[in-house]
This record gives sequence, C-alpha cells and structure tokens, in this order.
Amino acid sequence: MKSIRYRGEPSTNLTGWLFVGAAVLLCATFCLYPIISSFLLSFQTGRGNQIRFNGLGNIRRLFQDAVFHQALKNTFVYFIFQVPVMIVLALSIASVLNSPKLRFNGLFRTAIFLPCVTSLVAYSVLFRSMFSLEGLVNHTLLRLQFISAPIPWLLDPFWAKVLIIIALTWRWTGYNMMFYLSALQNIEPSIYEAARIDGAGPLSQFRLITIPMLKPIILFTSVMSTIGTLQLFDESMNITLGGPSNATLSISHYIYNVLFLFTPNFGYAATISYVIVFFVAILALIQFKISGEDNA
Amino acid sequence: MPKNSYSSSRAQSAISGSLAYIFISVVAFFSVFPFLWMIIGATNTSKDISMGKLSFGTALIDNFRSLGSVVNLGLVFRNTTIVTLVGTFCTLLVASMAGYGFEMYRSKARERTYSLMLLTMMVPFAAVMIPLFRMFAKARMLNSFAAIILPAVASIFVIFFFRQSTRTFSKELIQASRVDGLGEIQAFFLIYLPSMKSTFAAAAIIVFMSYWNNFLWPLIILQTNNKKLLTLAISSLNSSYTPDYGVIMLVIILATTPTLAIFFSMQRQFVEGMLGSVK
Repeated sequence: MKSIRYRGEPSTNLTGWLFVGAAVLLCATFCLYPIISSFLLSFQTGRGNQIRFNGLGNIRRLFQDAVFHQALKNTFVYFIFQVPVMIVLALSIASVLNSPKLRFNGLFRTAIFLPCVTSLVAYSVLFRSMFSLEGLVNHTLLRLQFISAPIPWLLDPFWAKVLIIIALTWRWTGYNMMFYLSALQNIEPSIYEAARIDGAGPLSQFRLITIPMLKPIILFTSVMSTIGTLQLFDESMNITLGGPSNATLSISHYIYNVLFLFTPNFGYAATISYVIVFFVAILALIQFKISGEDNA
Repeated sequence: MPKNSYSSSRAQSAISGSLAYIFISVVAFFSVFPFLWMIIGATNTSKDISMGKLSFGTALIDNFRSLGSVVNLGLVFRNTTIVTLVGTFCTLLVASMAGYGFEMYRSKARERTYSLMLLTMMVPFAAVMIPLFRMFAKARMLNSFAAIILPAVASIFVIFFFRQSTRTFSKELIQASRVDGLGEIQAFFLIYLPSMKSTFAAAAIIVFMSYWNNFLWPLIILQTNNKKLLTLAISSLNSSYTPDYGVIMLVIILATTPTLAIFFSMQRQFVEGMLGSVK
C-alpha cells in the first residue's frame, strides 16, 4: 500500500525545508552531534585532549566513586522529599485560589507566582544570605524562641539539604501551581456543587474530585520536577557550593567539577552525564506509558 | 433537613473560608518576603545583613560605590544586554520559522526530523555541554558571545511552542495571500507574524529570560572579565571569602528588575510562555 500522501508538489516541499532548514542544521550541529559524541566519549578516558578507549572502565569507576554515589544520593533525597512536598503544596494553593468565593485571588496568584521571575543564581545567593549562621532566619527563629541555638544551615550536611529543599520549594511551587490552576479552571463548577449538595466537605472534595481530575497534570509536573532535580546545578553551586563535604553536591555540579575543578576528564564526565540521560529516559517512558493508558 | 445541621455546615464553611485566607496569606507572605529582604538589604551594610537586620539602613550609596569598585557594571550590563537581545532575536526568527514550516508544509521526512528533534529535548544539557565545549575550543571560539548564543538558537522547546500555536492559526489567510500573489516567505512575515503577536510576545519573554539568567554554559565558556555576564558577576561576588552582602543585594536587584518589569507589564504572556501553552 502506498504511504499517506502529504500535501504539496516539489516546490512547496522545497519551501518547507527553507523554513525549517536553519533550525534543523543548528540542531544537528549543536544538539544531535554532541549527544552522539558524548555517548562515544563515555567509553573513553584520559586527561584533557589525550583520550584513549577505555571500554566499560568508566562505568566500573562509577560504581567505586564515592563522590558520585554521594551526588546520586543527594539527588534522590531531593526527589523523595522536595518533589512531593512541593506538589501537595502547589495543589492546595491552586484549589484555594480556584474557589470563586476567595477575594483578591488575582493578587494572591501574582504574589505566589513571583518567585518564578527570579533567576536561579539571584535567588540562590539571596537564600545563602538569609540562611547564614547569624542571618535573618536564625535570628528570627531565636527571637521567637523556636530554637535555642542557631541552626548550622550551611555547615551541617543534614541542614544543608533541608536548605536546598526549602529553596527549591520556594522557587518552583508557584510555577507548578499555575499548571494546576489552569487545569482546575477546566473542571465544571457544577461537579463541586453536586458534591457539596451530597455533603462532601472541602477536604473530601479535594481528595475525591480535584486529585483524580488532575491526575495527568500531576504526573506531568512530577516528571518535570524530577528531571529538574536531576539537572540541578545553579542552587548547588551558589547556595551551599556543593558542601559541606559534598552533602548537597548535585550530579551536574559533580560533572562540572570533574571537567573544570580537577584535571579535566572529558570521558568520565560524559559517562556521568549519561547517568542523567538514563534516568530521564526512564521517567519519560513512565510518563509516556501512563498518559497513554489514560487516553486509551 | 434539620435546622441545626444547616447552620453547623454554614459555620463549618465560614471556618474553612477563614482557614483558606490564613493559609493563602502565609504562602503569599513567604513568596514575596525575599523580595522585600533584598530591597531592605541593599540599603544596609554587609554586617547588618548578616545579623538579620530587618529595617531600612543608610548604606545604599556606599553599596553602590563598592559595587562600582568591584564590578564594571556598565560593561557587565552591556555584555548581558548584547547576548540577550541578539540571542532572543535569532532564536525567535529561527524557531518561529521552523515551527511554522513544520506545521504548514508537512512531509514525511520533515515529520521524522521533527520527532527526532523532540526526542533530543529529553537529553539534559549536562550531556551535551562536554562535546560542545570541545567543539568551541577546537574552533577557537571559547570566550566569545557567539559560543553562548549559537547552541541556544535552535531551541526545541520554542520550536514546539510555535508549532503548537500555529495549529490555531487560520490557514485560509495564507491561501488568500497566495491568491493575492504573495510569496511564501512574504506571507510568513506579512500575514503570519502580525497575526501571532501574542505568541511571539510569550515566546520572546521565555527566551529573554533564558538568555538573561543563563549561568552554567557562560560559566564554562566565558573566561575573561571583559566578557563577564550578570549571573557570573553575582556568583563570583557570592563565592568570595568575604562576601559583601549589601553589594550582592544591590546587584541582584539590578539583575531582577528587567524580568520583574516584563512580568508586571505582560503577566498573561509571561505565564503562557512559562507554561509553554497558549489556550
């Protein structure tokens, strides 16, 4: 059987390439080629440009590299704690803002979205200053007598992770909230009305209507946030400088260190980067499968 | 229905209503507070800031002076503006033409190309930056603005954004322009572009933000002070052994003001661009 016929004689075909040509060429040079090159590089090792084939040596090295394990563990901690907290928070905010009875909701929405306007570097630096040992946060908590001694946010491995989690939640909750809010606005208000008449309180409405209706978008934002966590760099670099003793080092930050802080090993850095590719591919597959099932 | 149950549900909804206000106000307060802190901080000395002083001080002029002595502000702003404006212009041109081309002139080969390009969107920048760095080193283009802009011009996300938006564009307009004797490229610039202003605005904002706030790639590529960008300047002030917080707050304000101004003047397009969707 003949394949589907697409519109157009040869001349419009040429016009089509004229329009997309620049983008295709640029993408091939600065995206497709580097992806392949980086994959090949991941089987090589050496300092600087003196590179030789190393087979699976880099992957073996990954399994013994304590710093890499630490970076992976850090990423995992962010994913387990930060992503769920943020999504629950964003969902709650969105459902409150969606209530027609709430006054000033435009004002609240703008305020809560505002953190998304900052650059990652700027807000990271801001958080570093607020959470210094004698800084604003400790100062306030001591004043209110919530704590008796300042919390070593930047000096203690546990609290440093908490700080990164707080910072990420501040920066991204409003962003995710916007996705939920626009999805909520597509739900018929009459569904909520019917539930109210049946005696469902706000909490059971949230659990029984909001969450199931928003399932696809919740999945989408979870996957996007997890991918974001895997690619974390600016925060790790500017809030905690990866410290203390690598307790907040992200995978991308470690790649940067392997490339530029020590003697550059392009091959090994490429191998680490493919670990991120591997996880992102799995996540995308999960997203694809589940959203496919929903549509079926 | 018994009367008391009705009034108790009224009371319940009043309580949940006020809880909603308390909750949303607390969240809004914490969202906005760091902005106030940054403005207050810019008027205080570094010592006062690190002690958590919460009132306006008198050190604003001094902070400006010390900022001027550690950072060549004019140069850094000029560099950042050049990269952002040139980059935004190139990206919008290339990506809008591609999004339009993929949607309006369909062929099997182009659909395959498009799918492949979408697939590369999944690959994180960390995996691409190593070969990119070596490529620009080989071409002797390290420390150049071209090296910052070129890899970002064919942004797949923006191409995707334009293709999605083009679906809502009425193709009859282009057919009518053909009847009127307009060429294909002319039709793009004279018919499509003016009728998609909102899409272009949303895309321009998101692209502007990505260049203005870019950090990792410039950090790798740019090596000398005369090419320094704002994010790099902030980061290096921050990682010095004795960071001057007053100066840092001031430079953060300067870096954030343009994006804040764009946000407040074009909120709808801003959010559309960020969410990557036009309804």
